[in-house]
Amino acid sequence: MIRRVLGIGCLFALFAAAASLCAHDCAHADDTKAPVAAVTIDNFSFNPKEITVAKGTIVTWTNRDDVPHTVTSTQQKFRSKALDTGDQFSLTFSEAGTYPYFCSVHPMMTAKVIVQ
Amino acid sequence: MSNYIEQNLNPDGIDRRGFLKCMAWAGTGTLCLMQGGVLTSFAFGAEPPHGAALAKADFAFAQISDSHIGFNKAANPDVTATLREAIAKLNALPRAPEFVLHTGDLSQLSKPDEFDTLDESLKDVRTGAIYYVPGEHDVLNDNGAQFRERYGKATKGDGWYSFDHRGVHFIGLVNVLNLKAGGLGYLGPDQLAWLKDDLSHLKHSTPIVVFAHIPLWSVYPAWGWGTDDSEQALAYLKKFGSVTVLNGHIHQVMQKVEGNVTFHTAMSTAFPQPAPGSAPSPGPMKVPDDRLRSVLGIRDVNFVRGQHTLAVVDSTLQDESATGAHGSGGNQ
Repeated sequence: MIRRVLGIGCLFALFAAAASLCAHDCAHADDTKAPVAAVTIDNFSFNPKEITVAKGTIVTWTNRDDVPHTVTSTQQKFRSKALDTGDQFSLTFSEAGTYPYFCSVHPMMTAKVIVQ
Repeated sequence: MSNYIEQNLNPDGIDRRGFLKCMAWAGTGTLCLMQGGVLTSFAFGAEPPHGAALAKADFAFAQISDSHIGFNKAANPDVTATLREAIAKLNALPRAPEFVLHTGDLSQLSKPDEFDTLDESLKDVRTGAIYYVPGEHDVLNDNGAQFRERYGKATKGDGWYSFDHRGVHFIGLVNVLNLKAGGLGYLGPDQLAWLKDDLSHLKHSTPIVVFAHIPLWSVYPAWGWGTDDSEQALAYLKKFGSVTVLNGHIHQVMQKVEGNVTFHTAMSTAFPQPAPGSAPSPGPMKVPDDRLRSVLGIRDVNFVRGQHTLAVVDSTLQDESATGAHGSGGNQ
């Protein structure tokens, strides 16, 4: 399961790298010691709404709603595909900073990742 | 009390009693008559709409919305079946709609096979044409490119357009793209500039029907049920005597009259959503199986020339009284 999630993380990290968010390399993502954090999407909100993680953390979002949502950087640094019920999206945050994001389908859903 | 409003005391075409009754019937089926650019409302129960009003109509069109083909959760595991029932309802209307508006969320996930299923089903609608605007579910992942390729080849910009039908000017707007963090539906400056220009060629007496997915009035911003820059669009529409705005998105019938503008939201053909603020979120609402078809439906609109009246009839797939849950409040 970890491997699968990391695989997904890898894919999306490539996407993110293209958008120059994280200096991420896939070999590093296979390092199972990388810290992880989870955000769930329930009732049209990201939980937790604000999460603080250490550099290098892989954050995984899981959509538990009956409707599709996205994880979209407000600063255009990353953007997931639409996540259907049960779908996950992972991203490695390699650089310190504050990363506000929202659901581009339901823009009142806003949240942020703080990387220290 | 009759299911129809038989008085129309105000020049806005809707009386208080009628408005309350219309509200009481929200979600169960209403018929609202717009004359001279304004709204009158009729409840639509098991009886057919008021013959006199409809007989005078110059033409009829229909609205369906929020088919969400591909959705398969508890709120409705078979949305294709209910869409087909809605189509049967359209085909059984006493006066065939000259065209149909679909106000968005054709699909659940913008998947080609979802659009294919919708197209296949809608082939059975007996009408002259079907016009579409996208919902947010139809533009996932590609900013609406696939939607425009399928349904909006002749449109402008991100998919907006207008057309004239028997002296009425219809405007399809797109308010589900380029949404801003923390915001609501969004039209954007390009679309607003186009709208201003599109309207500039019209006489102020031209009846106008605007249709878009997300409501163009603030139904419930906390749930995203509104459009950030709709005020600008409505400012352009102020000078016209008859403006009707038809939306979807919230999967329930609501209406509002503001000056010369009458706003309506429509039922879904797929699943209901909760009344504003009545649930933790606006997600699909599960109702008992035997009630589902009393909260889904179609809308039939009749236009009467010279009276500036659109008769707006919301009818459910199944008469609510059949389930013993007939609405009754607000009829004083």
